[in-house]
Amino acid sequence: MNTMWSIRPARVPPRAAFGQLLRTEWLTMYRQRTSLAGVGLPAVLLVIFGFIPGFKTPTKSLGGLSPLDVYLPILVAMALMIIGLNSLPPVLAGYREAGILRRLSTTPLPPSWVLAAQLILNACLAVISIVIMVLLGVAVYGLRLPQNPGGFVIACIVSILAVFSLGLWIAAVARTARAASVIGGACFFPLLFFAGLWYPQQDMAPPLRDVSHFIPLGASVQALQNGMQGSFPPASSLLVLAGWALVAGFLAVRSFKWE
Amino acid sequence: MGISAGAATSARGGATGTGRPGRAADGPAVEVVQLRKTYGDLVAVDDVSFSVAEGEIFGILGPNGAGKTTTVECITGLRQPDAGRVRVLGLDPQADGAELHEVVGVQLQSSELQGLLRVREILDLYQSFYRNPASADEVMEVLGLAAKRDARYKTLSGGQKQRLSIALALIGQPQVAVLDEMTTGLDPTARRGVWDFIEKVRDRGTTMILVTHFMDEAQRLCDRVMLIDHGRIAATGTPGQLAEQAGGGKRVTFVPDKPFDDDLLTGLPEISRVERHGSHVVVYGSGQLVNAVLKTLTVAGVTANDVELESATLEDAFVHLTGSHPREPDTTAEVPRP
Repeated sequence: MNTMWSIRPARVPPRAAFGQLLRTEWLTMYRQRTSLAGVGLPAVLLVIFGFIPGFKTPTKSLGGLSPLDVYLPILVAMALMIIGLNSLPPVLAGYREAGILRRLSTTPLPPSWVLAAQLILNACLAVISIVIMVLLGVAVYGLRLPQNPGGFVIACIVSILAVFSLGLWIAAVARTARAASVIGGACFFPLLFFAGLWYPQQDMAPPLRDVSHFIPLGASVQALQNGMQGSFPPASSLLVLAGWALVAGFLAVRSFKWE
Repeated sequence: MGISAGAATSARGGATGTGRPGRAADGPAVEVVQLRKTYGDLVAVDDVSFSVAEGEIFGILGPNGAGKTTTVECITGLRQPDAGRVRVLGLDPQADGAELHEVVGVQLQSSELQGLLRVREILDLYQSFYRNPASADEVMEVLGLAAKRDARYKTLSGGQKQRLSIALALIGQPQVAVLDEMTTGLDPTARRGVWDFIEKVRDRGTTMILVTHFMDEAQRLCDRVMLIDHGRIAATGTPGQLAEQAGGGKRVTFVPDKPFDDDLLTGLPEISRVERHGSHVVVYGSGQLVNAVLKTLTVAGVTANDVELESATLEDAFVHLTGSHPREPDTTAEVPRP
């Protein structure tokens, strides 16, 4: 009789599998277009803001910054939110809803690799989006490069972690792709408000501003703004972001179901 | 079919083993002993034991909600049994999942794939999971998907999706394949194509478990079948054996050219019963049934037209043993998904 199965096969699937997975997830993402909106929409807004007269002139009420200076971090935060809260959760919840994760759990590929591939690709999109906007601001509108590059990079990283953890949490609690879209959509305007899209934090009444510093996107804008303007982001903003990342990440891991 | 008898005995022999299995290479490919699974108050599977020999095609039949899908989900590691012992190639599906998935190909009822991916891309992806996969081109060719290689998944018809799902279950050249309702939704030509393919895969030595609603499919492909009803085994055996259990025997149908008295036939030793359906006469019995009937009728000066002889089928066995009809495929999930 056949003795083939007495040989214990290795536990990890071939490394090529992850490459293939990244490829197909990218193709899905590219063909779906929603994720790409996270790159395009804020950049388009930046271009539009650039055309508004006076947006490039330093303003006293903004602490000597130009409105464009103020809006760049807000648009960066917006990009992170579209990618992490509006496009990532429905994709993952949809994979579970359609039984794709369940199907994969019968193959050598751990379904968690799908999560990993999605997070990697979305993080790449987020980075591309940030780079595009900063370069656009610098090259076309004469903004300065981040004056505290280290602080800016750290602010970007913790912002991505916080927003993506929230996105994973949404994907964990939403039963369907539609529910994930609705939850992500419901967060959209409130979070953007606290990020300062309508009233930059500098214009907010002090109590409102204090609140906004505890909201993920508000803290993110605060940290990014500091990095852009040359000071290291305040510890409070980084701690708030790290806290959101940990709490949402923990809740996501605890409630995530593969089927 | 000699293999099956051997497998059945060794299943009983191995039933008392506990803990981690020694990987007896000469044991059955799949061994299930006293499997039990409940969902709340609902007992989905109760005291189900069977074993499948290497290279065998084993059919699991039964009415909707009988526990077929739950049984194969326990074999593929998707569900944890409440009690009992499951071994696939010596592996425990719960503890040895990673090793199991390398060597067991699975086709699930009702699972979708990424709608925006093309057929070829999905096959390439699944192919990359395995160390020794089959050629994607060949699989597409055999399953009639070659023309659809660049079509996006969401544009495929139900039958095409179904064939792709079979392709994915077998792309890794598994040693054991578990196929749940593999030809549901296929047209007759496609079904026959799939059957040919399954036979080719079996000839390569792959052990297969088929869950099916189609008795002709089970009769054609399966070396042995197990009929389950309300979570329990109603019968196990070759399709022929099950058909015999249904009362066995044969059935002759004909249209006589002139009336005759039933007593003419019921007196014969080969005949058990005579029924009339309109102009048709149906005679049940065994042995040289046709000869006996025709000879007697000829002597009585009656000519039998449109004579048809049928043997009892697996379908008769199904109806006889479960009291329900096998023809409706599962449109709803068999059990509530927790």
